[in-house]
Amino acid sequence: MLNLQPYADPKYFIILLLALLPLAIGLYFGKRFAWYEVLVSVVFIFLMFDGHKYHEGFALIGYMIWQWLLVWAYTIYRKKANNSWVFYGTTVLAIVPLALVKIAPAAHWTHVTTLLGFMGISYLTFRSVAMIMETRDGTIKEFNPWLFLRFMLFMPTISSGPIDRYCRFVKDINSVPAREKYIDMLSKAVHFFFLGFLYKFVLSYIFGTLLLPRVEHMAMLSAHANGGWSWWLIGVMYAYGLDLFFDFAGYSLFAVATGYVMGIEVPMNFNLPFLSKNLKEFWNRWHMTLSFWFRDFVFMRLVFMMMKNKWFKSRVTTSNVAYIANMLIMGFWHGLTWYYIAYGLFHGVGLVVNDAWLRYKKKHHVPHNKFTEAFAIVLTFHVVMLSFLLFSGFLDTLWFHQHH
Amino acid sequence: MDVKAEVVEILNTIIGEDISDQMDDDFFESGLLDSMATVELLLDLETKFDIQAPVSEFDRNDWNTPNKVIAKVESLMG
Repeated sequence: MLNLQPYADPKYFIILLLALLPLAIGLYFGKRFAWYEVLVSVVFIFLMFDGHKYHEGFALIGYMIWQWLLVWAYTIYRKKANNSWVFYGTTVLAIVPLALVKIAPAAHWTHVTTLLGFMGISYLTFRSVAMIMETRDGTIKEFNPWLFLRFMLFMPTISSGPIDRYCRFVKDINSVPAREKYIDMLSKAVHFFFLGFLYKFVLSYIFGTLLLPRVEHMAMLSAHANGGWSWWLIGVMYAYGLDLFFDFAGYSLFAVATGYVMGIEVPMNFNLPFLSKNLKEFWNRWHMTLSFWFRDFVFMRLVFMMMKNKWFKSRVTTSNVAYIANMLIMGFWHGLTWYYIAYGLFHGVGLVVNDAWLRYKKKHHVPHNKFTEAFAIVLTFHVVMLSFLLFSGFLDTLWFHQHH
Repeated sequence: MDVKAEVVEILNTIIGEDISDQMDDDFFESGLLDSMATVELLLDLETKFDIQAPVSEFDRNDWNTPNKVIAKVESLMG
């Protein structure tokens, strides 16, 4: 049975672009064929979850019914009242399926994984939780079942983002870009597709498929004789970190480009992250839709709550607590393993240190020139790479699961 | 109540420098306002003008210059 994983091979791109052609012609002539767009989405989502992946398909359907009911019920409730506990309860219920799927591997609940897990559950949860929060704030006032489904199940971004926002998405889906603008979007899409090919099928192949297994093998061999340490780990760090970037940035470019062809300005996910001069800037350039999601729905809300209820006297303490909590939650979201949680903590502490340095720089005279900027970029890059080595889980394999 | 003067004063206090000569400059782009300072701004506006400015309403494209903040506050005071 035909099963198509998004952006996996040349065949997928050919089928995708052929399927989108009528839509593109329509948009060029100022028409958006909503029914055709939905048909294409449904077919491609079906092809993602058919064959041996059928149980993921059923999990997706069950998940969508659950989220649909929650957001719908909360919108009705919110028109009448605004109790905080109802809001917290609804948010928790929306997160429960994802939490179970994340806990399952650590707890060895294989049935839970089979029953509830499907590719993209995280990204759908980000969308629906954001909708619940925006409904609470009054930004979203009505529940439109049709738009809800189109937003949640927008085909180009269903499996791994970028994470769009409901209000932004609805504005795009309910309108047609002017012809000049659409032509510009198409030319950007072509550029993104080719850049994505370079990233994912050339650079990520070199770093991830060719280099990474070799340096990992060397690191294993030499660490075995050296009590767990090996200079090859530095090679693993670079190969893994660069593969992670080119693979994910390449994938994100495909998703954005596909969105553009469909006349939807899907937000960008990466903006030259390795040119960041500090960690804070890095998070404004790396996996941006995720980090902005955390900024808007975790960090700012935590700070808002802590300041309003005056938990801490000092502004610095408030922001430090929020940084650590924010990044720890992100670590937990990646999965319940020591290295994901350590990765979150690493970045939380990193942001606290970074902020302290920025405050120091504001008060004292610190030399600033091209060389200090270059140094800052190199330093930030290496701090980030080190965190990716932690994130990779290779240290876990090396130290705790090496079998001889 | 002079909304403009009040907003400028709030922004000056949070940012720590006089911004009255950069009323149309994007303070996110210039790095003058981070997420932390943004929340302080929302809370201060809420207390000062008795308006509801929840975090979701805060769209970085609508609130990115002093003049736009003033316009937003005026519209929220309705």
